Amino acid sequence: MALLIESVVKVIVVFGIFMGCVAYMTLLERKVLGRVQVRFGPNRVGPFGLWQPIADGIKAFFKEDLIPANADKPIFILAPMITVASALCLIAVIPFGDKITLFGHTIYLRITDLDVGILYLFAFASIGEYGVVLGGWASGNKYGVIGAMRAAAQMISYELALSLSVIGVIMISGSLSLSVIVEKQAHMWNVVYQPFAFIFYMVCALAEINRTPFDMPEAEAELACGYNIEYSSMKFALFFMGEYAHLVVVCAVATTLFLGGWQGPFLPGVLWFLIKTFVLVFFCIWERGTFPRLRYDQIMHFGWKILLPLTLANVVVTAIVMAL
Amino acid sequence: MIVPLIKGLKYTLGRFFSKPITIQYPEERREVAPRWRGIHYFNVDENGMFKCVACGLCAAVCPSKCIKITAGEDEDGVRYPMEYEINAIRCIYCGFCVEACPVDAIRMGSKYDFTDYHREDFLLTIDRLVTQDYLDK
Repeated sequence: MALLIESVVKVIVVFGIFMGCVAYMTLLERKVLGRVQVRFGPNRVGPFGLWQPIADGIKAFFKEDLIPANADKPIFILAPMITVASALCLIAVIPFGDKITLFGHTIYLRITDLDVGILYLFAFASIGEYGVVLGGWASGNKYGVIGAMRAAAQMISYELALSLSVIGVIMISGSLSLSVIVEKQAHMWNVVYQPFAFIFYMVCALAEINRTPFDMPEAEAELACGYNIEYSSMKFALFFMGEYAHLVVVCAVATTLFLGGWQGPFLPGVLWFLIKTFVLVFFCIWERGTFPRLRYDQIMHFGWKILLPLTLANVVVTAIVMAL
Repeated sequence: MIVPLIKGLKYTLGRFFSKPITIQYPEERREVAPRWRGIHYFNVDENGMFKCVACGLCAAVCPSKCIKITAGEDEDGVRYPMEYEINAIRCIYCGFCVEACPVDAIRMGSKYDFTDYHREDFLLTIDRLVTQDYLDK
């Protein structure tokens, strides 16, 4: 019973904080992009524009919810839910901090500690892409279909390199469990042993969550938003939430796998985890303000002919070094 | 291949820490040029009287025909405008009326965002042109 209550409380707290982070990610992104472009970003709603995400949420709720006549209605409704739900499932296995003792009761700061944590992460991250693909397909819009097609192709291309880039970490840690991986990094972060794997992981992760410079599926200039072109109101907001949730999770996973998770001196573990994740999230926004979008064939070329061999070579080199 | 990417990131980070150049419009305003042609006003002499002698040159030169004058004479035989009206909605702010005026009675100010709720509020009569009640709106 105590275990159940503990789990429920943890899920609610983590869910609340995570959704808050996702909402304020939109503000952070707009603010940082604004500053990169030498302007202010949203600053009209509340002090420093802090109520902007709430205003956006209320607006999204009251928008008219349109479903196109030739859309595949059940899938059209299901698609945004898949995206956001799979993104939310991902935070279940990420360890936020070490165990703490509360009222004589030891609490592990993670929702669950799966032995196959990384496998679970990649499985659910892939399901998230189904939302994008199905959403674009079910819209009955040619731009939506093109966006969905690109999303599928890009996902398949980069999933391989993404998985290969973390295999080095798994080999070093000897475990698929994320908390074991974090504990193994107590003395030295994995990014020191696997610097290239970290870079490959970040590049592949950006492609995996369809973010600039790999935002082909929703290329504004050519596809007029791509897969989410026909979505309005809260369904669009769900897609948006899913996208930002994926971004946060990808950065949190990078923190866990490469930057020592919650390990760090002086400050409490949770704070270290949040700081590291924030730095990575900031980098993701910063690079969005810097790099132009790659062409479709360039993305494919980069994925298959550059990233895949490099990540494979990284795995081979790691294996050789470990064997020696 | 990597170096240009890092260069770009460095440049945008520099931009991130620079001061935004945005003018926060309703609170701050852009400084206009000295010869800016904003909404009109009546120039007054040292006695506080407007200088218009109702010669009608401004109305004659106005390309959009937005100036209406009814001339009158006082007991000394000095011409003055009995009615003078600029329709600010029709005005194209060309400034010809200012150029045409022989006595420097009409001028153009620096206000470029003259807005109001009713069409009647855009009819600038003599009183309004002298007191410039529309300037601080």
